[in-house]
Amino acid sequence: MIRFILLQNRQGKTRLAKYYVPLEESEKHKVEYEVHRLVVNRDSKFTNFVEFRTHKVIYRRYAGLFFSLCVDITDNELAYLECIHLFVEILDHFFSNVCELDLVFNFHKVYLILDEFILAGELQETSKRAIIERMSELEKLQQ
Amino acid sequence: MNPFSSGTRLRDMIRSIRACKTAAEERGVVRKECADIRASINENDPHDRHRNLAKLMFIHMLGYPTHFGQMECLKLIASPGFPEKRIGYLGLMLLLDERQEVLMLVTNSLKQDLNHTNQYVVGLALCALGNICSAEMARDLAPEVERLIQFRDPNIRKKAALCSTRIVRKVPDLAENFVNAASSLLKEKHHGVLITGVQLCYELCTINDEALEFFRKKCTEGLIKTLRDITNSSYQPEYDVAGITDPFLHIRLLKLLRVLGHGDADASDLMTDILAQVATKTESNKNAGNAVLYECVETIMAIEDTSSLRVLAINILGRFLSNRDNNIRYVALNMLMKAIAFDDQAVQRHRVTILECVKDPDASIRKRALELVSLLVNENNVKQLTKELIDYLEISDEDFKEDLSAKICSIVEKFSPEKLWYIDQMLKVLSEAGKFVKDDVWHALIVVISNASDLHGYTVRALYKAVLTYSEQETLVRVAIWCIGEYGDLLVNNVGMLGIEDPITVTECDAVDVIEDAITRHNSDMTTKAMALVALLKLSSRFPSTSERIKDIIVKQKGSLLLEMQQRAIEFNSIVDRHKNIRSSLVERMPVLDEATFNVRRAGSLPASVSTMAKPSVSIPNGVAAAPVVDLLDLDSDDILAPPSSSGADFLQDLLGVDLGSSSAQSGATQAPKAGTDLLMDILSIGTPSPAQNSTSSIDLLSTADVNSNPSFALETLSSPAPPHIATTASAGGMFDLLDGLSPSPSKEATNGPAYPPIVAYESSSLKIEFSFSKTPGNPQTTNVQATFINLSPNTFTDFVFQAAVPKFLQLHLDPASSNTLQASGNITQNLRVTNSQHGKKSLVMRMRIGYKVNGKDVLEEGQINNFPRGL
Repeated sequence: MIRFILLQNRQGKTRLAKYYVPLEESEKHKVEYEVHRLVVNRDSKFTNFVEFRTHKVIYRRYAGLFFSLCVDITDNELAYLECIHLFVEILDHFFSNVCELDLVFNFHKVYLILDEFILAGELQETSKRAIIERMSELEKLQQ
Repeated sequence: MNPFSSGTRLRDMIRSIRACKTAAEERGVVRKECADIRASINENDPHDRHRNLAKLMFIHMLGYPTHFGQMECLKLIASPGFPEKRIGYLGLMLLLDERQEVLMLVTNSLKQDLNHTNQYVVGLALCALGNICSAEMARDLAPEVERLIQFRDPNIRKKAALCSTRIVRKVPDLAENFVNAASSLLKEKHHGVLITGVQLCYELCTINDEALEFFRKKCTEGLIKTLRDITNSSYQPEYDVAGITDPFLHIRLLKLLRVLGHGDADASDLMTDILAQVATKTESNKNAGNAVLYECVETIMAIEDTSSLRVLAINILGRFLSNRDNNIRYVALNMLMKAIAFDDQAVQRHRVTILECVKDPDASIRKRALELVSLLVNENNVKQLTKELIDYLEISDEDFKEDLSAKICSIVEKFSPEKLWYIDQMLKVLSEAGKFVKDDVWHALIVVISNASDLHGYTVRALYKAVLTYSEQETLVRVAIWCIGEYGDLLVNNVGMLGIEDPITVTECDAVDVIEDAITRHNSDMTTKAMALVALLKLSSRFPSTSERIKDIIVKQKGSLLLEMQQRAIEFNSIVDRHKNIRSSLVERMPVLDEATFNVRRAGSLPASVSTMAKPSVSIPNGVAAAPVVDLLDLDSDDILAPPSSSGADFLQDLLGVDLGSSSAQSGATQAPKAGTDLLMDILSIGTPSPAQNSTSSIDLLSTADVNSNPSFALETLSSPAPPHIATTASAGGMFDLLDGLSPSPSKEATNGPAYPPIVAYESSSLKIEFSFSKTPGNPQTTNVQATFINLSPNTFTDFVFQAAVPKFLQLHLDPASSNTLQASGNITQNLRVTNSQHGKKSLVMRMRIGYKVNGKDVLEEGQINNFPRGL
């Protein structure tokens, strides 16, 4: 199960933080700080997995952005790595050529996309098309 | 628009925050925005709510407090329109979590929205519920969610399925309600619904055995068919990842099959074919394919024995291990740990590769490989593997040394074929990574050395040589100091030479040099210094020629800033100076340490040692002083269960117990003999006559500790509700005086405590009186005392009357007793109220008289209560 998802830039600014387990605010800040420290200096040839407390963080870097998932120790690391990539593809489709600024100014939309992709810490939908279509339906209702 | 409301849009706010050059500037902007939002919230204008919440979410993400916006989420959720609800739920999920009380307020809105006619609204509610619901909400809303699993729109069905996953995680009792609905989802064609349905079934199987049985019987074949269909399906662009149709669904299905096959031969049999197919047909040149293979291997290894499949699985792992991609190697190492359980030989074949992984630059791989190596070790390969690991220890990263040395130590301890080899390896580890080695490891080494009497000479010489080169390795220095102290004579005389040794020449002076170096080095810690001091005392007797020099070193420590060191230095100096006649027997070699006791203790030591460390260090003013010494001596002592709080007494008892235990073996090490106490008084040069005449040795020691006015004793008295020794001494005439005279010292601490401990006010052969105290807030002068009278005799007391008298500065008010008849072994209570006009200056004191009838005969008992806690 996914414990939390973080999206941080190289400076450690959080661009998205979604927690599926309850944590104190102070604890969240600590976690974000520690995860950033863990992933930011790793060599690109290293594994995309870091053990973090009693869990492990699966991360992947896209340009200046780090996508990190914290999952159970017994979970399939390779699958979550694939999962990160799928999420990035969805964002890329939705914003057509996504960049960090899109995520900053439309942070609430990123959260909404994530809610269509992952729920209760589990994968909800694996089809890019289904998620994009669902988002545009919801956007229409917004008008 | 209201001219006073903040006009900035979300975009503008983000822009101005991004334009900030310093953190202080950013804080300023955020503070202003927050103030505007608060003002706007107070105006309660529904048009601004939407925007305010969006801004708050951004501010929250930057790490600023936003709790004041929580109610706005609730208001937005309660509003009728979809856009408002959407942002409201989003805010709810970000700004709140399941532990906040506010969340309970939303249960009703959620319930309404789950029954909403607009399916998009239903979707929002399900999403929020799935992400943050608490156990209470899960119980309240489970029926709605269960119903929605059958909803016509697939978007709702999949959300409801995952929402149910969360519900059964929170409240496992609800699992059975979802079994039927979940099994219906397994027949779905829609991938999203199917994958969430499989997830729900997996969850149900792991928490409920009946559910597991149900799915095993009804669904195994269906799931196998589904897996076969997607494995064989033609290219589907929507779900295709690197040539594999929906690897995520593959993985979920394999995972569910794993729990169904585990422990059930029939189900395992059914899935053999499809697992073989997945294992052989899946493309392994991309991550997605490897993810599926990895999951498949895990399933093969978890289900019941199908040996041909396992060979296939091990081969896949072998391929993974030689892959160039680090991620793949990582998962291979991970999975080989599980494979060891059923095919040790196959994993052993990869030993060389795995050892290489221990030296990988990537910490994640190293860590996994090290775990795996430690599982691979057995009696046959331990020497070779240990050598490899120790060689690597010399060149490994500093931050890996701690893990690596800990693993080597545990391997060596577990599999060492002989003591000599064990000692050799441990010395190597201590030399390379001594500063990372945990206390219990070097304690264990000392125990082993102590037990290997034929190796004492060899060990002390080896340690001597090592410590000259690696003097910065704290634990190596400690072990060396201990051994030189104990076996110094073997060191200088080259006693017990082994064939493999080169003879060395060490003078008595050289040996003392090593210890002097350790005690004077500025970065030695307290434990090392304390050990060095003891070693010096021992050497002063072993090497009479160095006695004067040792005395000088000890005398220097009299000026130590650490109280414990200072005190020991004075004591030891006195032994060296004035008690030459007893010194040699006092510092005789330690008796062989009991390995069995140590191991038992080590196994259960973690919590115990924490408490030993914690208590004295709060009670002794000089902070660090007490703990390490207690610890140090604790290792040597048999009396390990002595109450940790009386560190002073413990220390003394240990010191005496150990040293005298060896010289006079008949007296047993656990009880400090009387002679010991006398000696102690002597050492401490205390003029008090020994109070030990007819009391037990433990009281003896405690009272001695008290003469030293050791505050830890005071703490102990207060922390135990009715200290037993007070009770015994109270009736034991002579002792009473001694403790009574000291009562200010223990009760001084009481003013710090918020509550007062109850006392035993009086005790005779037939009657016991306990007092418990409470204060009325705002009235510190008055103490409410509840007296409990306990009949210790087999007779009933009738006409029971309790009377009390107090000095003039006190006022006493007595309530009626709960009864005037006291049954055998029964008790009655009576409340007293005492007002102390000299509060803070004088303690309570009370004289009392108790009258009652036993079998018609009058009995009168009298007493004075002086042991009230101070500050009442």
